[in-house]
Amino acid sequence: MVTEEDIQNATVELLRKTVVKLPADVEEALRKAYASETDEVPRMQMKTIVDNIDMALKGNTPMCQDTGVTIFYAALPKDCKVDVEKGIVEGVRKATKEVPLRPNAVHPLTRKNPGDNVGERMPFINWKVHGKDYIEITVMTKGAGSENMSQLAMLTPTQGLKGIKEFILGAVLKAGSNPCPPTILGIGLGGSSDIAMKLAKEALLRPINQRHKDPEIAKLETDLLEAINMLGIGPMGLGGKTTCLGLNIEYAYCHTASLPVGLNVQCWAGRRGTVRIYPDGRTAYPTHER
Amino acid sequence: MPKVLKTPLSEEVVRGLKLGETVYMEGVVYTGRDEVHLHALEYLEKGKKLPVEFKGCALFHCGPIMRKTGDKWQAVAAGPTTSSRMNSLEPLFIEKFRPGAIIGKGGMSQPTVDAMKTYGCVYLAITGGAAVLAAQGIKSVSGVEWFELGMPEAIWILNTGNFGPLTVAMDAHGNSLYAEVNAKVKENEKKARQRLGLA
Ligand code: SF4
Repeated sequence: MVTEEDIQNATVELLRKTVVKLPADVEEALRKAYASETDEVPRMQMKTIVDNIDMALKGNTPMCQDTGVTIFYAALPKDCKVDVEKGIVEGVRKATKEVPLRPNAVHPLTRKNPGDNVGERMPFINWKVHGKDYIEITVMTKGAGSENMSQLAMLTPTQGLKGIKEFILGAVLKAGSNPCPPTILGIGLGGSSDIAMKLAKEALLRPINQRHKDPEIAKLETDLLEAINMLGIGPMGLGGKTTCLGLNIEYAYCHTASLPVGLNVQCWAGRRGTVRIYPDGRTAYPTHER
Repeated sequence: MPKVLKTPLSEEVVRGLKLGETVYMEGVVYTGRDEVHLHALEYLEKGKKLPVEFKGCALFHCGPIMRKTGDKWQAVAAGPTTSSRMNSLEPLFIEKFRPGAIIGKGGMSQPTVDAMKTYGCVYLAITGGAAVLAAQGIKSVSGVEWFELGMPEAIWILNTGNFGPLTVAMDAHGNSLYAEVNAKVKENEKKARQRLGLA
C-alpha cells in the first residue's frame, strides 16, 4: 500500500531531481546550440549555460535560483485511496526547506510570502485518472522570467494559419531577451481560451525532439522553429544563432466561430520531471534515469 | 585576460569599458531588485538614511536562494532576474545614488542607457539562469539589509571574487548591445516572415 508519506518523499525527491538536472532532450539541445554558435558573445553565453548545468549536477544544487512555482500533473489509478494532494503539498513544503527551493509563492494582491511555496491553490495540481496501477506525478518548476512572456490570442477563424504565425512571431519578438533564451515554446491551438493556455503548457511536457504525430501540426512546429531561429535574438538576447531550442504544439477541436491560440514560454532551464510510484512503494523517475 | 573590476568603481574605470567586453567583478556587490528600488527612493524622499552606500557600487538584479548555517548566510543559487522590470525606476535610481554598474539579464530601456551616459554607469549582462556559476563567484555573504522584504527582495551584501563572466552590454557612452541586436533582428524579421509565407 502506498502511503501519504511515500507520496511526500517521492515529491521531495522529484523536485530535487527536477531543479538540479535537465531532461535529456533539453540538455542535448543546449550542447548542440553551444557547438553551433560561432561569435564570441553568444558562444560565451552558451558555454556559461552548459558549464552551469554541469556544476549544478556536480554540487546537487538548483541550476537556477528561480525554482519557480510548482505546477503538478497527477495521474491516479482508478481505485486510488491515498491522499495524493496532501502528499504533494507536504512534499513541496519539505522540499522548499531541504533542497532548498526559493520561496516564490505569494498572495497575488497582498504579495505576502508564507515562505514555503504553499498557499491558496498552490502547488497547483492538474488531475487525471489513468488505467495504470501506479501513481504518476509530473512537475514543472516554472520560473517567472519566461512565464511572464506567455500570451493568449483569441483569433478569428478567418485569420487562420497566417494569424497563428503572426501571433507567435510577434510574441517572440516582444519577449526578446527577457525569457532567458534560447527558449522552448509550447503552443495550444483550439479548445477555448482556458484550454488553449492549458494545452500550451502541456505541450512543454513533450520532449522537444519529438514532433507531433499529426504531420500538419508537425510541419507547423518545424516551420515556426526555423523561422524563429532566423531572427538572431540569440542566447540571452545578445545576438546569435539559437533563439529557440524547440517548439511543441498541442491542439483541441474548437468552436467553428473561434480560434484560440495559447503560447507558454519556457526558458533554457526547461525543467520537468516525472515520478512513478508503484503499489509496492517502489519509485521510478523516467525523466531522470541517465 | 579579461579585465577584473574592483568595487567601488571609479567613474574613470566605468567610462573606460567597451561594449561587448568580458569582465569579472571583485569586491562588494549588493543585490537589489523591484522592492529595493522602490524602498530606496522612498527613503530618499523621506530623507531617511540608507543602510548601504550605493555610490560606485555594483548593483545586482538578483533574488538569490540563501541558506543559513549557524549565523552565517551562504549563497546557494544567485542568478540575475529580468532587469526590464526595473526600467521605470532605474534612471532615477542612477541619478540619485550613482552606482557604477548594474548587473542583470535582458538589458534595459533607452532612458536607462541615457542615465548611464550622463552619470557614468554600465550594464553588465550575466547569463540568466546560470545561478550556480554566479554563486561560485560569491565568496561570502557579509550581511543582509531590509530582510523584511523577503529573501528574494532584500539587499544581500556579497563579497565577490572572479564573479562572472560579465558582458558589457550597455556602456557609459550611450551604446547598447541590445539596441544593436534589435536593429539586426528587425532586418532578419523579413527573412523569417518569408520563411513562414507571411511576406
Ligand atoms: S527565465 Fe528561467 S533560466 Fe531565466 S532566471 Fe527565470 S527560471 Fe531561471
